[in-house]
Amino acid sequence: MSDDIYREIILDHYRNPRNKGKLENADVTIHDSNPLCGDEIDIHLKVDGGVISDVKFEGKGCAISQASASMLTELVMGKDLSIVKDLKKEDILENIGLTNLGPARIKCALLSLKVLKVGMVKYYSENDPESAEHIKSESSLY
Amino acid sequence: MQRSIVNSYELRNDFPIFRKKINGKDLVYLDNASTTQKPYTVIESITDFYSNYNSNIHRAVYQLAEEATKMYEQSREKIANFINVRPEEIIFTRNTTESINLIAHSWARLNLKKDDGVAITEIEHHSNIVPWQILSQEIGTRLEYVGIDENGFVDLEHMIELISSKKIKLVSLSHMSNVLGTIVPIERIIRIAHENGIPVIVDGAQSVPHMPVNVKNMDCDFLVFSAHKMLGPTGVGVLYAKKEHLEKMKPFLGGGDMIKEVFKFHTDYNEVPYKFEAGTPNIADVVGFGAAIEYLEKIGMENIRKHEIYLTDYALESMLSLKHVTIYGPRDPKARGGVISFNIADIHPHDLATIMNDHGIAIRSGHHCAQVLMQRLDVPATSRASFYIYNTKEEIDSFVNAIKEAGRIFKI
Repeated sequence: MSDDIYREIILDHYRNPRNKGKLENADVTIHDSNPLCGDEIDIHLKVDGGVISDVKFEGKGCAISQASASMLTELVMGKDLSIVKDLKKEDILENIGLTNLGPARIKCALLSLKVLKVGMVKYYSENDPESAEHIKSESSLY
Repeated sequence: MQRSIVNSYELRNDFPIFRKKINGKDLVYLDNASTTQKPYTVIESITDFYSNYNSNIHRAVYQLAEEATKMYEQSREKIANFINVRPEEIIFTRNTTESINLIAHSWARLNLKKDDGVAITEIEHHSNIVPWQILSQEIGTRLEYVGIDENGFVDLEHMIELISSKKIKLVSLSHMSNVLGTIVPIERIIRIAHENGIPVIVDGAQSVPHMPVNVKNMDCDFLVFSAHKMLGPTGVGVLYAKKEHLEKMKPFLGGGDMIKEVFKFHTDYNEVPYKFEAGTPNIADVVGFGAAIEYLEKIGMENIRKHEIYLTDYALESMLSLKHVTIYGPRDPKARGGVISFNIADIHPHDLATIMNDHGIAIRSGHHCAQVLMQRLDVPATSRASFYIYNTKEEIDSFVNAIKEAGRIFKI
């Protein structure tokens, strides 16, 4: 029920998102939206030596999509970019502590991961085409 | 306080879905602008058709087919009578969207040319925007938007200005906004357009189910609406067009039933309305739509309108007593249909809809297929509650309590 969804931590990340804003000199910027609800997410990535040295997001949408994006930036900050390909739906739902979402709301929770994965592929395609194909085939959508 | 003479408490028993529980609660269905629930009479008429009359129409000569044809055509007559037109002016389509596309294809491609203007408004549903964009891309017509105020009322001066500029060759607009509920002064607009020789399409998807609509008085050239928004089944839409237009229009789809005689390299088309109903139509659901019309007529469209004014007035009053509520559209319940779009503080509509669902309440959240209007209102999304004959005052109380509950959960 909703009390279990809209816990303090979700509301906190919704109202005080971490790593929110534009990133000057980003290596990759990716945008996507969920046409069903109009949730929108932009993710900016700065990559140094294969490591995500900075990540910021912009977006509008429901508490779940925005909190999930905020928490995702915290999860990947400072990590190797290639770990993004291994992130799965379950990792994200666990990361935000919502394992009981219905099918419609799961899409809200996963929008930022979808954007990040597209961004990762885009980065490799532009900067490391040799790894790109391999990364693409290894990376499940969720 | 407005009063209602529709006994929604009794009517509810005619709708099997209201026996269903959602999260252990009675279903409070407030998404009627999207689609409505179906009474037993409609559901049974479809079962009855398949059980006792099923056969294809308009061709075979055996008894069953004659009965099926009669039932299908009787539905057409009921619908024609319901909006006060002739049966041969009623075309069955799949939905309102298909009806508008049919006009864009069969009328507009024949009558409009490069640089001709098509005027719509910013309150339109995507179904009355996208077909005209496609037409512009294909034949070079120009899409023009008539301005609206923040309550969705059409800027009539702007409209007159556009029309008298002689650049506009077609006006297509919604009779009632599916987001703001605003009722457009359609007769006046049609009069102005006709004085300038411009035909008018009326999107009646939200108005025809909820208020008396008399095409003879309105004098529109085209009227489109959907069965499923007025107790009927999904998969049946209506296109009304003046016979003079239908007779000149090109066919929409080619195939069976729309022909008089087919030769090797050309075809003589069937007469209207059959010229526009190619292939086996949705016979059973058209019959079901006839049962829905009968049900609505028994209650009376005036009474339905009064009931919704009563519910809307009560809901607006209850909601305005809450803090942090923003309501879009006119405050006067007589200037709007039973559709209320709103937002609560910083609670996103999807989150509100999730919380409402805990209480068995179905509301819509999002852009309501009206993104141009959302851009105009400068809101990414709204929540929307919309009413029909079976909704009660007590359901609105539950809805308002759920708004309070959302405020508690979101700590506002």
